[in-house]
Order: sequence, then structure tokens, then C-alpha cells
Amino acid sequence: MQVTDTWYVVLAAVLFTMGAIGLLVRRNPLIMFMCVELMLNAVNLTFVAFAHDLNDLGGQAAVFFVMVVAAAEVVVGLAIVVAVLRRQPAATADDISLLKG
Amino acid sequence: MDLFVFVVAGLIVLVGAAGVITLSHPVHAALSLVATLFGVAVLFISRDAEFLAAVQVIVYAGAIVVLFLFVIMLLGIDRVEDIRVEPIAGQRPAALVGGVAALGLSLVALLAAGADRTTTGLASRTAPIGEDASNISRLGQLLFSRYVFAFEATAILLTVSVVAAVLLARRLPTSDRDEMLAAESELTVDEPGEAVR
Repeated sequence: MQVTDTWYVVLAAVLFTMGAIGLLVRRNPLIMFMCVELMLNAVNLTFVAFAHDLNDLGGQAAVFFVMVVAAAEVVVGLAIVVAVLRRQPAATADDISLLKG
Repeated sequence: MDLFVFVVAGLIVLVGAAGVITLSHPVHAALSLVATLFGVAVLFISRDAEFLAAVQVIVYAGAIVVLFLFVIMLLGIDRVEDIRVEPIAGQRPAALVGGVAALGLSLVALLAAGADRTTTGLASRTAPIGEDASNISRLGQLLFSRYVFAFEATAILLTVSVVAAVLLARRLPTSDRDEMLAAESELTVDEPGEAVR
């Protein structure tokens, strides 16, 4: 049984769905962040599968940039989480309205 | 052999993802995320993206997850989350139904046309994944010629994000902090999420 690129894209779709469901269901901000990372990894896997399918290295360049942007996003997002949770240690995602004003 | 690698790595990825979304302790969830990231790195290698697999392990598993663990340890929020509580009534079943429906849609779109090729475009003539040079040198040539603007822009983005993180997470100097706390002592917080004046 030949493993085609379609299998990789299907696996990436399942991983993306699991990340999306996790993001909707969990309330701890850090775990919600980890679910966003799951979704980004699913997208990276899709890019790499299509780069292999179309024999195009541009897909891998796109993954490179997605990883850079994800790293920058995690840095800023965690800084925000630290700033919020330092004042209100039991805050959940519902309490991010603390940033208001 | 390909099948074996795909099945094993795919299982690691899915089990790790299930761990992230169901485990209640944030540190356990972070370790599950590491398992998923390693599985994805193995899948990258099997699709001829060796450099990306190395970057995935170094940057994602080695830096981003470590940052998560720093924050968890720094703030001491390894308190377990009560995952039985639902914020909005019916949110969990709705999320499950919505997620499965979206997955079903994408699978139908992918598989309805036949399992052979999912893409309709032509194979690339301008940037083929050739075997004449190593993956990293081909990718480097591409990044520095065609995508050099995006490359420099992401360098600026990283610098900006570091500055932003330092600004957001710093502790104010003591005198400013005392002033701020004094001004705020008029606000009393009854429970998380409510500030009552």
C-alpha cells in the first residue's frame, strides 16, 4: 500500500481539527496556546505534503516563514499571559477583559 | 517502510494531540505537545524536508515548548484546571460537532476526486526539490533570492516581538508600582473576573 501525499494531508486535517476543538473547549490560556501550536503544525504538514506533491520548494519556504511567525507570536502571547496572570493568578480565558482600559 | 514510518509517526502525532486537549495539568499537556512536534518532524523527513525537520525540533520543541514551561513554572499555575466546568452551556458538544463537521467537509473535498493526487496544479519548473544539491542549500538559495524581502521582514518581526515581550512582562520600578497599587486599592476584586469599585 503506497503512502501518497493525500494521507499526509488527511492526517494534517485531523490534527487541525483536534487543535481547533481543543481551543474551543479549554479555558487555561496556556493550553489554548498549545492548541494554536497544534493547528500551526497541521498547516506546516500540509505545506510540506503539497511541496512534495508538486515538487516545489516554495512550500518548504512557506513553512520556514510560518515557523518564524509562530515563534514571534508565542513570545508576545506568553508575555501577555504573564502580564495578566501576574495580577490575577486564577484568570481564565474569560477574564482577558482585564486588559481593557 | 514508508507505511511503517507514516503509521508510527502519525500515531505519535495524534496521541500527542489528544493528550494536549484532554490532560488537565499544563505540564503534562506541554510534554504531549513535544511528542506531537517530534512526530511531525519525522513526517517532515519522510517528505524530503530535512532542514525543516531539524528547525522544527530546534525551534518548536526546543525553544517554544521550553518557553511554555518557563511561564508555567514562573507563574506557578500548575494548578490543574477543572475540566468538568463548561463556560457556556453546551459549548463542548457544539465544539465537537463543529469540529467533526469541518473535518468531514475537508475530507470529502480531499478524497472525492480520487485518492491519487489531491492537487490540480502542474509540478513546479522554477523551484523543484532537486536531488543535485542538499535540501538546506536549495532552500537557502530560494530564501535569499526570491523570498529575501519576506526573510528580512521576518527578521524585523522577531526583533519587534522581543522588544514587545520585554515591555509587556517587565516589573515596574518599585516607586511606580507602589503608586499604581495605591491607586488600585480603591478597586476591590471579589472573584476572578470581576473588579468592583
